Amino acid sequence: MAVAAAPAVPAKRKELSQSYWSLVWYRFKKNKLGVLGGIVLIVLYISFALIPEFLAPYALENRSQFVEAPPTAIQLFDEQGRFQAPFVYGLERRVDVAKRLRTWVPDTDRKYPVRLFVQGDEYQLLGLIPMNIHLFGIDADPREARIFLLGADALGRDYLTRILYGGRLSLLIGLIGQFLTIVLGMTLGVISGYYGGPVDMFVQRFTEFLAAFPNIPLFMALSAAIPNYWSPIAVYFMLTIILAFLGWGGLARQVRGLVLSLREREYALAAKSFGASDLRIMFRHLLPGTTSHVIVIATLSIPGMILAETALSWLGLGLRPPLTSWGTLLQDAATIRAIRFTPWLLWVVPPILITIFAYNMLGDGLRDAMDPYSGRG
Amino acid sequence: MVNYIIRRIGYALILLVLVSFVSFAIIELPPGDYLTQKIEQLRARGDRSAEQQVERLRKRYGLDKPFLERYVNWATNFLRGDFGESFEYERPVSEILGARLGYTVILAIATTVFTWALAIPLGVYSAVKQYSLGDQIISVISFIGLGMPGFLLALIVLYFAVILFNMEVVGLFSPEYERAPWSLGKVLDLLNHLWLPALISAITGIGGLVRIMRGNLLDTLGQPFVEAARARGLKNRTVIWKHAVRIAINPLITILGSDVFPSIVVGSSLVAIVLNLPTIGPVFVDSLRKLDMYLAGTCIVFLTFMLLVGNLVADLLLAWVDPRIRLD
Repeated sequence: MAVAAAPAVPAKRKELSQSYWSLVWYRFKKNKLGVLGGIVLIVLYISFALIPEFLAPYALENRSQFVEAPPTAIQLFDEQGRFQAPFVYGLERRVDVAKRLRTWVPDTDRKYPVRLFVQGDEYQLLGLIPMNIHLFGIDADPREARIFLLGADALGRDYLTRILYGGRLSLLIGLIGQFLTIVLGMTLGVISGYYGGPVDMFVQRFTEFLAAFPNIPLFMALSAAIPNYWSPIAVYFMLTIILAFLGWGGLARQVRGLVLSLREREYALAAKSFGASDLRIMFRHLLPGTTSHVIVIATLSIPGMILAETALSWLGLGLRPPLTSWGTLLQDAATIRAIRFTPWLLWVVPPILITIFAYNMLGDGLRDAMDPYSGRG
Repeated sequence: MVNYIIRRIGYALILLVLVSFVSFAIIELPPGDYLTQKIEQLRARGDRSAEQQVERLRKRYGLDKPFLERYVNWATNFLRGDFGESFEYERPVSEILGARLGYTVILAIATTVFTWALAIPLGVYSAVKQYSLGDQIISVISFIGLGMPGFLLALIVLYFAVILFNMEVVGLFSPEYERAPWSLGKVLDLLNHLWLPALISAITGIGGLVRIMRGNLLDTLGQPFVEAARARGLKNRTVIWKHAVRIAINPLITILGSDVFPSIVVGSSLVAIVLNLPTIGPVFVDSLRKLDMYLAGTCIVFLTFMLLVGNLVADLLLAWVDPRIRLD
């Protein structure tokens, strides 16, 4: 009988022996919002962090005479109402005497067709490949006319370009900062849980102290302490380190709690009785058991980091020009004057919000998928 | 109980000293101080006597003394109600913060009241009418609110107020009441300006609490004592509000003290910066940028103090609401 049943067994085995991660993936796929969040994030990171140079019509610091030009409307019909290929009008300076305002109005005599894959400012794709092709642009001398889909800032720079480039620093600070947090938090958490004693005491008291501190004021004080003669890159990394330094406590606590229970499990005791070293037990046997929790916590706390950078730079305490991040862009946008006269500068807000919501949705989906007690699907 | 309160206050004091020391040290970190900035300013203006002036100021503020001595001086004076002098304004810190402290507390309390008054009913409705249209709408909104940072929301509100309604939503008073003495009209004017910033600062907290309230109440509603209450023929209203909610609400009080209130204090100071409210948030950021250390230090100590009081109040509230908890 055993022989007769044999052919059926392997097929069934295959189904039964799915790994933990393939089960997680299976459960995660069912969560539509979580998947949507993940896809949105992939698109965001590719377009903002990887290839903004290609997507943006101009170079980051490319100034023009079109100071504070409003967003350019893409036209499909000419003055007679005839359908045409997409084009934009040139811009003309107009002074509004009554309001004492200088504005830009479309000059319907000049038309410039909108083209895909136009040649423009030189750049290096991914920092390697020299190129001058941009996704879109207009067929015109940049001194004469430009396309500003989201308007221009006070130096006549294309704002869409600035938002695209700015996303790189803002999005990466979340990832790099979270990576540092994970390294610090996991290492100290596993040591503190495994050995106990003085290390445990230190980690415990330190995290309690950090938790008692009002965190944003602490961020502010620390980043205000970054000397202002440092190079922008040094400031960027220092800010990342500050964000990570203040974030590892919570993670270390969670890892410690898990390790406290994992180290009493049979497999850990077995490893110990085989004579495995402490290091091997900690990092080879115990740490993998905490991965799923760590991933969920990390995903849910990245938006907090991105927001912290945005808020700090907005307040003038984080990144400073010439660095361009969403926070430094917000500096110009978040004044009453800007809201009244150049409201298009607020276009930097939607990408920030989309990123945060996408991370929250992804994190929620992952949490549901990785929770072993959920009993669903 | 009294013992417990005394011990908690003792811990709180130790923590305050630690926090004040650490923040003092952090503000001290950057090379140079306020006066080095000042020297550059005076020099740029072509002031010949810059060095002498600054030397005089350095003596006056005690900046020539070593760090520890300065901290001890400041801390002991702090206890006597003298918070030091602001370099930037050249006036005592207590004078600058004076009224602002009051408005900060009022804004934080108003925000907490909004959070509580909106989150509980919405959470209860959402749990009682699980999977109804209302529940789904509330869930989506609370999910959005949870991720919505207050200062960006404030910016968006400001945008719509200015562009669409041509309304000024900044400040806490209308111009005519700004310098007027307190009167009924001024209080009403304050309330009229207060609700919007309070509501904006409350959004994040509401989003979180609604979800927790819903989850807790759903768990509680499935328990035998609720069924027993229904079996005794009590009105549905009574069962939910007097039996189930009373139990389900307990964890929320802890969360209010440990998570929600701190984020309200901090979040509302960012909102205050966008809406230009006379709270300590804008002054704090400004003082950090200018290395105005006594002012910045006092702000941090005050914010921490608010958090600790909020925490203590939440714990006592919990003990009062839930007789199963004994504090000793």
